[in-house]
Amino acid sequence: MLKKIIFQFLALSLIFTYSAQSAESGGMPQLNPEFWISQIFWLVLTFGLLFIILSKFILPKISNNLETRKSQILENIETADKQREETEKKVKEFDKIINDTKIEAKNFFNSERQKVLDDINNKRLSLEKDIEKEIIKAEEEIDQLKKTSQEKVTKIAIETSSDLVKQLIGEDINKSSLSAIVEDLSKKEMEKRNGI
Amino acid sequence: MAANPMYQFNVYRIGPEIKINNIDISFTNASLFMVISSLAILIIFNLGTKRSIIPNKIQLLAELSYSFISKMISDTAGSKAKPYFSFIFSLFMFVLFCNMFGMIPYSFTVTSHIIVTFVLAAFIFIGVTIIGFIKHGLGYLKLFVPSGVPMVLLPLIVVIEIISYLSRPISLSVRLFANMMAGHTMMKVFGGFVVSLGIVGGWLPLGFSVALTGLEILVAFLQAYVFAILTCIYLNDALNLHH
Repeated sequence: MLKKIIFQFLALSLIFTYSAQSAESGGMPQLNPEFWISQIFWLVLTFGLLFIILSKFILPKISNNLETRKSQILENIETADKQREETEKKVKEFDKIINDTKIEAKNFFNSERQKVLDDINNKRLSLEKDIEKEIIKAEEEIDQLKKTSQEKVTKIAIETSSDLVKQLIGEDINKSSLSAIVEDLSKKEMEKRNGI
Repeated sequence: MAANPMYQFNVYRIGPEIKINNIDISFTNASLFMVISSLAILIIFNLGTKRSIIPNKIQLLAELSYSFISKMISDTAGSKAKPYFSFIFSLFMFVLFCNMFGMIPYSFTVTSHIIVTFVLAAFIFIGVTIIGFIKHGLGYLKLFVPSGVPMVLLPLIVVIEIISYLSRPISLSVRLFANMMAGHTMMKVFGGFVVSLGIVGGWLPLGFSVALTGLEILVAFLQAYVFAILTCIYLNDALNLHH
């Protein structure tokens, strides 16, 4: 089988080489001037049209596209730069604002605390003053009371004793003598109290 | 007869014979591939003109080739060559697409014909010479007199310079034509080897053929680039004298 195929191929190739050798008498077709004029004519026509259409319609469009792209890219880069600068500025401003606010808050806190402390101090001071006044007043009152109580006590004692006597005896007695007795007693009592 | 490596370069008429004043300008397979290449360039680059800030793939291709050729021109010929940008762009694209379409099997390579490349080169040569004389007047002739050459050597140098200047269109056209023709002929020859050696010995030339295809694609790009950059260099001579 394989032998047959190889044989057929060899036969075929022999035929081809034979026909090739027989056709080689023509030489170079390029040097045959039969179609030179036609080729020149069609070359001028096609190349001329190609040149005109390319230069008038297509190439300006391409160059325009390239230019617009270039300018657009430059513009975009510019705006991007601008925006970046703006952002940096804004970030700085933001930082500044935050810092300022922090300082302000601190100051406010400090001042408020100072105020509150002052307020407390003032209130305490005024309260202390009031208390002192009250104490003095109370002391004075106490003193007064101390002075007046003695007389009152004797008066009451005289009255009660006179009433008692009246109840017991059934008649009034001289008030002055009674008072003298009561005073004498109370003096003795005072002396006893003070003495001990 | 299809195995003749030169057969692929045959030009034949497609459609009726067109004659103007007894001059044959019939539509041929060469004309067909010129039209196809031009149309392909126009379609691709027209699709690449969408006005979007982020380009799609085809727009990126168009814009990258635009900046590639723009950079090539400004690198070799300076900023004065800006007005000739569209011509060099069209030239590069035309040669490149003709070369690349020639890489498709059974297609026709327009640039493998000396008459096509020679007309392009001659046009460039004449155009550059006219630009040179317009820009510098008769001072353009100073191109043939390099500065800093001893007086004794001057006549010889001037003759050499003139010959090298006049041979520019020939070298430019023959370089492209010969490269394309040689590459395609070689691929055809290796293809013929594949057939004639058959299934036993045909693998080696087949591998060569594959490798040659890659090489030829590279050459197709490179020759278009060289054609365009040499045009830029000639333009540079005309625009910036003594540089």
